[in-house]
Amino acid sequence: MTAFTLKGLLTRKLRTALTAVAIVLGVATVSGTFVLTDSIDKAFDAIFSDVYRNTDATITPKSAFDTGDNGTTEAAFDASLLPQVKALPDVRDAIGGVASDSAQLVLNGKAIAFGGAPNLGFSVDPSRPEFNSLSLVQGTWPKADEVVVDRSTADKKDLKVGQTIGVQVLGPVEQLRISGLVKFGAVSSIGGATLAGFDLATAQRLFGKEGKLDQIRVAAKQGVSPQKLIAQIREILPPNTEVRTGDAQAREDAKSTDEFISFLRYFLLAFGVIALFVGAFVIVNSLSITIAQRTRELATLRTLGASRRQVQTSVVLEALVMGVLASIVGLFLGLGLAKGLFSLFDAVGFTLPNNGLLFETRTVVVSLALGIVVTLIASFFPALRATRVPPIAAVREGAELPPGRFHRFRTPAAVVLTVLGFGLLILGLFSHGTSTVLLLLIIGTVLVFIGVAMLSAPFIPALSGFLGWPATRIGGAAGSLARDNARRNPQRTASTAAALMIGLALVTLVATLAAGITTTFRSAVKDIFVADYAITAQNNYSPIPISIGEKAGAAPGVTAVGSVRTGDSLVFGKREFTTAVTPGAKDVMNLKWKQGSQETMATLGADGAFVDDGFAKDHKLSLGSTIPVTFVTGKQRTFQVKGIFDPPTGGSPFGPVTISAATWDAENPQPKDLYTFVKVAGGESDANVAALEKTLSGYPNAKVQTQGQFIDNQISGLNSVLNILYVLLALSVIVSLFGIVNTLVLTVFERTREIGMLRAIGLTRRQTRRMIRHESIITALIGAFVGIVLGLVLAGILIAKVDFLEFTFPTAQVIIFTVAAIIVGILAAIFPARRAARLNPLEALHYE
Amino acid sequence: MSNDNGTVVVARDVTRRYGEGETAVDALRGISVEVPRGKLTAVMGPSGSGKSTLMHILAGLDKPTSGSVAIAGKEITTLKDSDLTKLRREHIGFVFQFFNLLPMLNAEENIRLPLSIAGEKPDPAFFEQLIGSVGLGDRLGHRPSELSGGQQQRVAIARALVSRPDVVFADEPTGNLDSHTGNEILELLRHSVEDLGQTIVMVTHEARAAAIADRVLYLADGLIVRELSGATQHEIGEAMEEIAAL
Repeated sequence: MTAFTLKGLLTRKLRTALTAVAIVLGVATVSGTFVLTDSIDKAFDAIFSDVYRNTDATITPKSAFDTGDNGTTEAAFDASLLPQVKALPDVRDAIGGVASDSAQLVLNGKAIAFGGAPNLGFSVDPSRPEFNSLSLVQGTWPKADEVVVDRSTADKKDLKVGQTIGVQVLGPVEQLRISGLVKFGAVSSIGGATLAGFDLATAQRLFGKEGKLDQIRVAAKQGVSPQKLIAQIREILPPNTEVRTGDAQAREDAKSTDEFISFLRYFLLAFGVIALFVGAFVIVNSLSITIAQRTRELATLRTLGASRRQVQTSVVLEALVMGVLASIVGLFLGLGLAKGLFSLFDAVGFTLPNNGLLFETRTVVVSLALGIVVTLIASFFPALRATRVPPIAAVREGAELPPGRFHRFRTPAAVVLTVLGFGLLILGLFSHGTSTVLLLLIIGTVLVFIGVAMLSAPFIPALSGFLGWPATRIGGAAGSLARDNARRNPQRTASTAAALMIGLALVTLVATLAAGITTTFRSAVKDIFVADYAITAQNNYSPIPISIGEKAGAAPGVTAVGSVRTGDSLVFGKREFTTAVTPGAKDVMNLKWKQGSQETMATLGADGAFVDDGFAKDHKLSLGSTIPVTFVTGKQRTFQVKGIFDPPTGGSPFGPVTISAATWDAENPQPKDLYTFVKVAGGESDANVAALEKTLSGYPNAKVQTQGQFIDNQISGLNSVLNILYVLLALSVIVSLFGIVNTLVLTVFERTREIGMLRAIGLTRRQTRRMIRHESIITALIGAFVGIVLGLVLAGILIAKVDFLEFTFPTAQVIIFTVAAIIVGILAAIFPARRAARLNPLEALHYE
Repeated sequence: MSNDNGTVVVARDVTRRYGEGETAVDALRGISVEVPRGKLTAVMGPSGSGKSTLMHILAGLDKPTSGSVAIAGKEITTLKDSDLTKLRREHIGFVFQFFNLLPMLNAEENIRLPLSIAGEKPDPAFFEQLIGSVGLGDRLGHRPSELSGGQQQRVAIARALVSRPDVVFADEPTGNLDSHTGNEILELLRHSVEDLGQTIVMVTHEARAAAIADRVLYLADGLIVRELSGATQHEIGEAMEEIAAL
């Protein structure tokens, strides 16, 4: 029996291969993701442990909370700590350093930036190379007013040792001489970040940290354990600083990259799992068709004495072998995929560190297990069908499978699944806790997909009629045949279309949510933005030095300037995105006030704050209520509510709590602006833009934009995210494309005689191809139609719950997706249509 | 294994009705038949006479609407699927009009298949004898697609005989073959009765085929209308015409 199964697979190579593709792609994505993220992870670990290889202990500032990515900087500590540390008995050596993540390099008046990656600045101590994070590859270490830059940036921008380059951190650009080129640990670049190294004094001046340090690295005397060293340091440790071992510091530094890697891992894995889910549909469908076509063969086995269980086992064994082979292929394809992703990231300027691809045991186990388990689960129902083949089918032409015991429950079960799915979705939306919500949403969506796929069969005849109408117009007789073929086996067409439905439902969901975000964002900006220009960083989102806003006020014709500072603080003991405004904001940003007025923004004073309505309700705040805030320095202050505003649905420019810029600047070590708005006499004009840009020429990172440009620029970030999502979801669409190819190949095989007859009565090869092509397009369109509708419904449910989104029909995207579905249909038909057209009418008629 | 009286298959008052109500069709209307051991019984009749239905019911492929069928002394109409499977393994062999060989297996593997399904090993001596008697010689390693129709049917017959069943049911075994090849197949069937003592029930509409039978049963409109023993091809043909003229 085993030989029978294995040999059967061999004789059905083509359909086995086509079915296996569905698994191969999913497994490749999973394995590729693991290889990619493991390799990055290891490379980063190597970098960080390399950086601290000679460091036994580090001293760093201790902030009141974990700073997020909102521009908050930890307060540097006094440099006087260094000599005290050096004087400790067990300390062999110690150096102090400062760092910045906004050390902008400027060439010919233009900021050097690669895809929004940070611009890292460090102090280096040439006399202690063993402590240096950077290693010199060319030239010399920097003296005062000199800079070393990373080789990767130098290569890309053709920078030479000896030339001058602009550097801008807090103040205007300063021109410094490049004394050498460096690399960071073993790699020349990380994620497209630029590196700039200075001597300590220059770095302290540029970073605004005169007399301060961000870090002290300590080496212990021979034979002193890090624990003993740390205990000794702890005795002289001032408040707001902390000491760690070098290893612990390496782990601490790796935290943010670890978070990034783990996000990347789960993000990519999600798409691999979606592809596998779609693949499962393809397998169910392909196996079901194969089993229907093998009815006589299976029935013969039964007459020869094979039991139901043996028939079932043979189908499952077949799936198992296919699953194993496909998973192994996918596993190794994943290696290639990881390699390709590295090159891709490199090509878009986001170079990831790579010390060689890492193939962990976990990658092998998880990839193979996922692929095999999904295949086995998918084979379960077809195998069950196979057991229902009666022995008498061996002698009866065209014997139909008797309906199973559960057949009559099929539609009720589909309804129950769908309703249950939607129920879980809605329950998820009203639940709390990210993991609960996500889990409910995912399970709900999966159930909805399965339920809708099962439910759609009865609607196939109508859908084919409707969506096949163009085919009958364009394709003539062949088109009409195609339409009838598409609806002659509704269950098969439904399952084939279902695979594509999933991909399209997801892209439509994404597109609808994005359209909702864009529309509401646009209208929010139009309401709030009453200035003429906005100034942001070149990459639209990095915080910029506050001196830019101050400087902009000096441009000719400027009548009002308002800036928004951002950072994190603890509010009511919880970390919150906190904002601050300069008094000028009242003239450039228009808010809907429930309490207070525009004037509130200018009259916050030292202890005033305004809050958004939602936050006020959550904390039962009214005018005069007090809000406790802890700043990053650990300092606590109490603020009084002076205004409550109604944030626009499209996103508030402010955090829940906003205070005055003056107070913010006093409590935050390195305050930064997210954006600055400017009103100029004469409004939008080329002359005004030129004047502003001239005034800000010392700040190449500052970008002057009109309201329209500001909206487009802010949305562009969303668009890149969307494009990535579309590319990744395209994977599942490709899987479903193979599903259509497979169904068509099997269908052509099954209808050999019929096609021969059609050819014999005058259907040309061309018409034969057209017939198959139109059937393919109709199937794809059914998948697209159901998928798009389902995507819109899912998006509608989400949007109904999320109050900062409005439902917007993504017209352009829906048209694009429909065209894409037609293209998928055309591509899927190429090979099967060619096979059908190649059939010799005479042989086909004799075909048994 | 068998009854003392030398009867392998016994059917009593078998009826078979397809469909319900007005559109119901009675394919068999009360048939009783005994298949003697070691003999070749042919079932003849015009199309629609119910001869195929009778064979399906005798072989346990279909269930009668009423009546009983026993194979090797065991009542089969009430058996569960698992017991029917066991029955097929131990007592029944099939030969089909369209051969029904498995395309992925070669001739020898096809022949061995019933044994491997049952998890048994063939008796080497018997297997040699069987292979020799069907005369496949050097074609044993070929796939069905590489064999002629006659060769394929020889493989199918060997497959039916390999488990030494109590009875082999042959459904129009020459129906898909030219007359010369058909004759060879008939010889082989006859030979298996004579030399191996095999019991065979064969459904056919060809007088030539029925001529090798020890006994011929004629069916018309779901009833046995005549029975001949040791008749010549000519006598069988005449009887057929008479029945068709009724």
